[in-house]
Amino acid sequence: MTTPAPRETFALSVNGRVEQTDVSPDKPLLWVLRDELDLKGSKYGCGRALCGACTVHVDGQPTRACVTPVKAVAGKSVTTIEALSETELGARVQRAWTSLNVPQCGYCQSGQIMAVVALLKAIPAPTDPQIDEALSGNICRCGMYPRIRKAVHELAAGGFA
Amino acid sequence: MIRTALVTGLLGAALNVAAQAPHSFDPIAEVLQHPRCLNCHTFTEYPTQSRKMVDPISGEVSYLRFRHAQQVIRGEKGFGAPTLQCGACHQDENVADGKVPGAPHWHLAPLSMGWEGLNRGELCETLKDTDKNGGRDLAALVKHMEEDALVLWGWTPGGDRDTPPYAHADFIDLLKLWVAAGAPCPTN
Repeated sequence: MTTPAPRETFALSVNGRVEQTDVSPDKPLLWVLRDELDLKGSKYGCGRALCGACTVHVDGQPTRACVTPVKAVAGKSVTTIEALSETELGARVQRAWTSLNVPQCGYCQSGQIMAVVALLKAIPAPTDPQIDEALSGNICRCGMYPRIRKAVHELAAGGFA
Repeated sequence: MIRTALVTGLLGAALNVAAQAPHSFDPIAEVLQHPRCLNCHTFTEYPTQSRKMVDPISGEVSYLRFRHAQQVIRGEKGFGAPTLQCGACHQDENVADGKVPGAPHWHLAPLSMGWEGLNRGELCETLKDTDKNGGRDLAALVKHMEEDALVLWGWTPGGDRDTPPYAHADFIDLLKLWVAAGAPCPTN
């Protein structure tokens, strides 16, 4: 059992706002978001960066918040699922998700949506292999992969505007 | 006739001994062929992971290497897919419990620096080949092995991961000795 490092104050840029937190620098970003900032949309799945349920964007890149120490995001811009609808693409992805009934249990879906938004930003019309490459780290135990793929293709075709 | 046979036999034995004699590159090869290095010095479009296997009778250690979880890929520059970079999970340092390893600029070595399945001679030649190793001469190679954060991670891998044979400082001493000897390569 390792002893947590002493608390430090961090000014975090989360969803466009600067948030002050007083936490151990090694505390995973996920727990800072959920417990300190009350942003509970990012989920705890495996805690080992294996499932993708905790995916957030750090400077636009999908990142596993469960293994990212908060000190690693100081000075960077963090975006969580809560702010996604504020962007046109994020709102479209959310509409696709509800229109196509993409989620089943829904637990992994905030991570899936974060990954899809990053994918469509980087590659507006991805092929199936590119979808696989982007989303292979986001596990859905309900097996909703065909619906996720369909949603991505319909979004790429301009749907859900 | 007898004298010729004797000389030939002695010469053959001498060559055989020479072939089996320790080579200055041997310990370097031992390090470079350890999973801590090989898992990202692959010839594949993806990194590998490994599991340590210990024979319950002989105690012999071997490593089972397999494709990295989540089917992650090499990507154009070795940093993963543009939408799922190595850094999505691998931070600048190991996570506190060591389960997820991390070091700065976590990425795969280029395909030209794949080391899987090479014998010692091929590995040695590959290592020195500036067309393959990023243009590093021998001095730059030593500096890379001595200072690069990702190389150093191999000796502080976290969790229950094995480290390469030889301490890092000893490895660097061996590397410098090999370079000082003209960086000779074994023939096999």
